[in-house]
This record gives sequence, C-alpha cells and structure tokens, in this order.
Amino acid sequence: MQRLPLILALCLPLLSCQKESQVEAAAREGILLIGNAADPKSLDLQVVSGVIESNVMRALYEGLVQFHATEDLGTPPGAALSVTPDETYTVWTVKLRPDAKWSDGMPVTAEDFRFSYERILTPAFGAKYAEMLYFLKGAEDFNKRVTPDFSSVGFKITGSHGFVLTLRGPTPFLPEILKHYTWYPVPKHQVLKFGEIDTVGNAWSRAENLVSNGPFRIKSYRRNHHIEVERNPHYWNAGNVHLEGIRFLPITNTFTEARMFRNGQLHITNTAAPEVVDLMKKEDPASLRQEPYLGTVLYRYNNNVEPLDDVRVRRALSLAIDRQAIADSVFRGFEPAYGMTPPMGDYDPPRGVSFDPEEAKKLLAEAGFPGGEDFPRLKILIASRETNAALATAIQAMWREHLGVEMEIDNKEWTAYMAAMQDMDYEIIGGGWIGDYIDPLTFLEMWTAGNGNNRTGWESEPFGAKLRESFQANEPTERFRLLHEAEVILLEDSPMTPIAWWGKNYLIHPSVKGWEPLLLDNHPFTNVRLIPQPPQR
Amino acid sequence: MPKLLLSRFLQGLLTLFVLVTITFFLVRAMPGSPYTGEKAMPKHIEAEKMAVMGLDQPWPVQYGRYFTNLILRQDMGFMYGKEGVQVSEIISESFPVSLSLGLASMGIALLVGIPAGVIAAVRKNTPTDFACLSLAMVGICLPSFVIGPLLAVFFGLKLQALNVAGWASPTDWILPAVTLGMINAAYLARLSRGGMLDILNQDYIRTAKAKGVPGARIVIRHALRGGLIPAVAFIGPAFAGMISGSFVIETIFQIPGMGQHFINAVTDKEYFLIQGLVLFYGFLIVAVNLLADLAQIALNPRMR
Repeated sequence: MQRLPLILALCLPLLSCQKESQVEAAAREGILLIGNAADPKSLDLQVVSGVIESNVMRALYEGLVQFHATEDLGTPPGAALSVTPDETYTVWTVKLRPDAKWSDGMPVTAEDFRFSYERILTPAFGAKYAEMLYFLKGAEDFNKRVTPDFSSVGFKITGSHGFVLTLRGPTPFLPEILKHYTWYPVPKHQVLKFGEIDTVGNAWSRAENLVSNGPFRIKSYRRNHHIEVERNPHYWNAGNVHLEGIRFLPITNTFTEARMFRNGQLHITNTAAPEVVDLMKKEDPASLRQEPYLGTVLYRYNNNVEPLDDVRVRRALSLAIDRQAIADSVFRGFEPAYGMTPPMGDYDPPRGVSFDPEEAKKLLAEAGFPGGEDFPRLKILIASRETNAALATAIQAMWREHLGVEMEIDNKEWTAYMAAMQDMDYEIIGGGWIGDYIDPLTFLEMWTAGNGNNRTGWESEPFGAKLRESFQANEPTERFRLLHEAEVILLEDSPMTPIAWWGKNYLIHPSVKGWEPLLLDNHPFTNVRLIPQPPQR
Repeated sequence: MPKLLLSRFLQGLLTLFVLVTITFFLVRAMPGSPYTGEKAMPKHIEAEKMAVMGLDQPWPVQYGRYFTNLILRQDMGFMYGKEGVQVSEIISESFPVSLSLGLASMGIALLVGIPAGVIAAVRKNTPTDFACLSLAMVGICLPSFVIGPLLAVFFGLKLQALNVAGWASPTDWILPAVTLGMINAAYLARLSRGGMLDILNQDYIRTAKAKGVPGARIVIRHALRGGLIPAVAFIGPAFAGMISGSFVIETIFQIPGMGQHFINAVTDKEYFLIQGLVLFYGFLIVAVNLLADLAQIALNPRMR
C-alpha cells in the first residue's frame, strides 16, 4: 500500500506532458465544451419538456423566429421570413424562408409545420408540452379528444411556404411563444419513415436517424457521456455560424462540473453551487457570471387545511419572511421577490409581499393566535435538493422569531415530494417555477382554478376573470394592466408566497464571446464565438 | 461437485425469481409514477401515457406481462421517460464501462490490500503493522465522496497531471479506479491480516518453523492458502459490487457507468429499469458467490 504513491509519482511526469488544456484545444478547433446537467430524455423535441433538452434543441432545430443574442424580447427571423399579425393580434400570417432546408437537404415546408403541430397535439402521441400550443384556436379541444379532426385547429396552409395561424384570442406576444421549442418543426418525411404520426418512441430521433433544421446537426451521441453536434452545411445561414461544433456534457454533479471547469475541461458550466460562487469570487472572479433568470422560488400553502384556510394567517406568514436576508445568505445572486412574476420588459409586478413583522403579528393575533399561541405545529415539506434545506431552516427560524410559531421540516425523496404536492398531501411546501416564455402569463396562469400546477386549492373568481379579460385585450399596455391587477389579487390572497427571483450562477471561460446575460438563458449558438486566449503564465 | 453446482444453480434461480417479484410490487407501491414531475402533466395526457405504457392495467396483469416478456422474449421492458429506449440498451451500454472500471479497481484492491494484510500479519505489532492497519482504517472510514474529490483536486488541479473527471482519455480511469480500489483494499488488508494471524498461530506452521523451513516459504506455501479464506469470501460480493458500478464514483468522475442508474431509476420511477438492474445485479451476486464458494473449496481441503 505504501508503494503506490511512489509508483504514481514516478508515472506523473509521463502524464503531465499534455501542453494544451482541453478548452484551449477545443477553442482552436471551434468546438464549444458546455456542461448540460443531465442526459436529455430524447432528441425528439416534441416529447421532451426540460431545460436540459431545450439547450440541445436550440442547437439542432430552428423555429419560425430565433432567440436574440443580447435582447430578451428580440425576435430575429428564423425559419420564417416574416410572421405578421392582423390588427387584432389573432390571425398571424407566416411566410417561410424558401432556402430553409433540413440537414438531409430536403426543404422545410409549410406541410412540415402542419404535420408537426398536428403531431404534438395528437392525443395518442401524448406530448407532455402540448399545452404550449393551446394558443391556437381549437388546439385544446383537439388535444383533449373533444374534436377528432385537426382541420378544426387554427392552422391553414396557403402555399408550399406559407400558412396562417388563427389564435384563441389576441396574443400580441406570440413571437415570444414561437421561440419555445414546442413550436419548432420536425421533418415529416423522416418521422413517417420510422413510424406513424402518433408512434410513441419513434426511432427517427435516434442519433443515427436524426434530421434537423437548425444551425447544427448531430455528430455523435453516447448516453450519459456526451452529445456532439457539428455545423449543418444545409442551414440557410450557415455562413454566419461561427462555431464548428458543440459538445454537451451531461455533468450531474455541480462540484465535478466546477472542478472540470477549473481544470480546463469545460468552456461553460451549467451552474455554480453557492460554495463554488464563494470560491470563484476569491480565486477567479472574471470567470464567474451571476445573472437574473426567469424563475421564482416560492412556498405554497395548502389552502384547504386549518389554519391556512384563513387569509390572515397566510399573509402573516408571508410578512414574517425576511427575503433580503434569504437572498443574501441562502442563495447567491438571487433577488428578494416582491411579486410572483419577476420584472420583465415593461411589466413590473405589484409590490405585494414585504417584510413587516409587526403587521404579521397583528394579523396572526386577529386570526386568533396572539403571539403564536395555540398555533398548530405544521410541517414544511421539502425535497432535499440543493439549497432547499437551508431555505426551510431559515424560514422556520423566521416564523419562530417573528410570530412565535413552531414548524417542523419534513424532508422527502424527490418523487414522493412531487406526489405529495400533486395530491395536496402537505401543509406548507417549498417549490419554484421557471417561466416558459417572457410574459407575465407564464407566472400567473398556473394559479387559475383547476390548473395542474396550482396545487394550493386556491380558487378565485375575480383572479380568473381578470386573466380571461386579458386574453381578449389586444392592446399590450391594457393587457399588462389587467395582468397586474390579477397579480394584486393573487398576492393579497396569498395562496402561496414568493420568496426570491431566480439567479443563474455559472462559470465561463474567457475565450467564449457572444454569450450575454439573457433572462431565459436561451443563448442562440449561432452568435457564439471562441477566441483562443494567449496561454496563461 | 456436479450435485453441489446443480443445487446452487436452482437456489440461484429461485432467489432471482423471488427478488424480481418482490421488486416488482415494491417499486409500484412507491408514491408517484413515472409521470410525476415538477411541472404537472395534464391529466388527459397522463391518462393517454398510462394507457400506452400499460400502467393502467391491474398489477397482476402487468406482472404477468412482465414475466411473459422476460422469459419468452428475453425482453426486460422499456423506459418511460426516455421513450423508445429499451432497458437492455441501458444495461448493455453502461455495464462494459462499469466492468472495466471494476476490474481495474479490483486489481488495485488485490495488489495493494492482500500484500499489505499479509505483511502486517507477518510483522505483527511492529511499526509496519501499525502503519498498514492505520492506513486501512483510514481507507475504511473515509467515504469515496471524500477520497475521490481529494484525489481529483490533488492530481488534477494541483499537479495538472490527470483530468479531474471524464471518460475519454486512456488515463481517465486511474483516479476512479484508485478511489474505488483503495476502499476495498482497506477491507482486504484487514481481512487478510486477520486470516493470516489465525493461520500463523497454527501448530503446522510452528512445525514448519521447527523443521527450519524459511520464513518466506512458510508464508507463501503454507500460510497464504488458509489465511486468505476470509478475504476470498469478501472478494465475491465486493467484486459484484465493483463491476456493477458506483453512483458516487460515477458522478464524481463523470463516468457513463451503470451505478448511477440504480439511483436515478428509483428517482425517476423507471419501473422496468429498476427491475432489470435488480435482476442483473442479483444474477451477478449469485454467480460470484458461487465462484467464491468454489474458490474456498479449492483453498480449504476441509470443505471438500
């Protein structure tokens, strides 16, 4: 046993003769090495629903409009030359680019889009994210088997490269929605080669069969090891793609990812744990990025159990949380939330939650629990991931200190926790929400009665009415005013309480250019460049 | 001997059957389903999925289908989350990685652990013995999630000699194999030291010494065979554990092995994958235990 270090020490000079680190070599070759947290569930964009998958989809496919490299609300044209609304923002005319091609050289046509939208909405296909297309008139009914025929959906082909989308109501923010990968096309010819429109587990999306229309095409895939994409020569804008390829590494352990970055094995990490943020601030602050991200950390109350069915109790609990302290000590780079919706574009959420222990005490006393007396011992349910336990402990302590109430923390395994949330088998539960697109609706619609993501038992007719009214508003400022009013109702009733707005912490190598802060973190890979750096001494 | 083999084989089959049956019902009794997720799946989509995947059927029907497919078609089932992917693909892709890493770790464990234990036993109560024992104790006490990152930081970040993680360059197996190997080496060292001490106190060793047989010859020819019996009994199951992968080692060193599936399959409620892995691991355990028994018989004449 004693000799091993000696043997290893003797071998080390042999191993350490590598002069160039992996990131340096990759930068020279134009290959971006990027941490991507996990292996994607599929390369078929119509069956997946996660952020991890969306990163790969963005390289492989292209929607009607693209993500902008620097502007959150920018919508540069993609597969479409133009997407034009009528004056009510309800009927949108799409003109496809005649030179858009699939990676096998076949043209991208209106029929591909029709097929794609029919496929994702076909009930038997069971796409998890079909809801994203419910903006189309009749889409929900078709997806729920109310109408059996896709012709009832608001999609009409006008030519080989043109179609018209008819929506369920005025949707001025449709271009934002179109950036989501559920609206990207799949190659009809390739999908049907390996199955039917509703075939579950269709082999067309296996790496060896995959055909895509984005700036990159699949080069190699090894499960839990890597996905490598290379420049797609058939891409209409191939001349303006700077990278030769991207290598996605499914690194689940954030500390492993940080070590790989520091060892020159990665250009960009998916995330940086709070401990890594502290370390990098000291050692290499230039590589650390801390940016806002479109998400909210929140605590749900079960509105059906006593005493949480009393709005005064829910408000008291919300007012007793010092969000600034939490943002500073528990998270790194998160902002204390004052509304459910993070500020975005022209929308500033109402200042509906704050830290006011005196008011909290008063409300709790009014509800019949002066000084926390006789308040039942409730459970805070969490899943032990990342900073959840630290957050729960902090909130537990704040409630004890400011309200005199004792809570227990109940830590469950991930799916048991998720199942408890879905079945509303909890009293107070930790959670979060990441927006799908940049619009307040993605943070508000979930709280309507019967929505699968509500999970609080809260139902409010005035709130629902405001949202429905906003669906009919075709003037953007008017729409935001209605959504703002809806959010005021939500925060006043406090079926849940927002804690913090998400921040994205990650590490990035200085050779990566064109990777700017974006709220959705959806960077168009076409704009990314690698500029090899002079070797560091 | 053939009788013993046959009886062990039948026992093994029975064990696997019971194992898979218990697993089948236990995994389905867990809260949640493969479609429980952070964002709620719409109820009507979930119903469509459950029907397509056969999860809407009563358990006994699902159980019958599973066994029919397993025995008649050698079909271990499919993945719910990764549509179109078979359980057999997951196992056949990841097992070779875990096997190669496990073999390298086992090599390290044997080459380090057994000599260390033997030397410690021969030099009982000397500084060498204490050194071996304390190193072994450290190896047993320190979990792999401490040793692994420490090795990665030292050899990777500090010396810049090896990659801190990954499974691409031919040297990438060194750190994980050493991490996994050292922990098992520590157990082996303690077991072989204990076994050797037992044997070295036997009358026949004293007789050999009295007859003037040289020390090294006594150890190698006469003591080793009996002294290694406890270590051999440990090697069997330890070997099965090492070649079927380790979640901790694989996530620390970013290795596409089988160990991570044992954990992730449970989190994701991938029922068929859990059953497939349990069946596969059970098979390995049964097989290596049989081999370990045979090795013990070969080493110990009293067992024949």
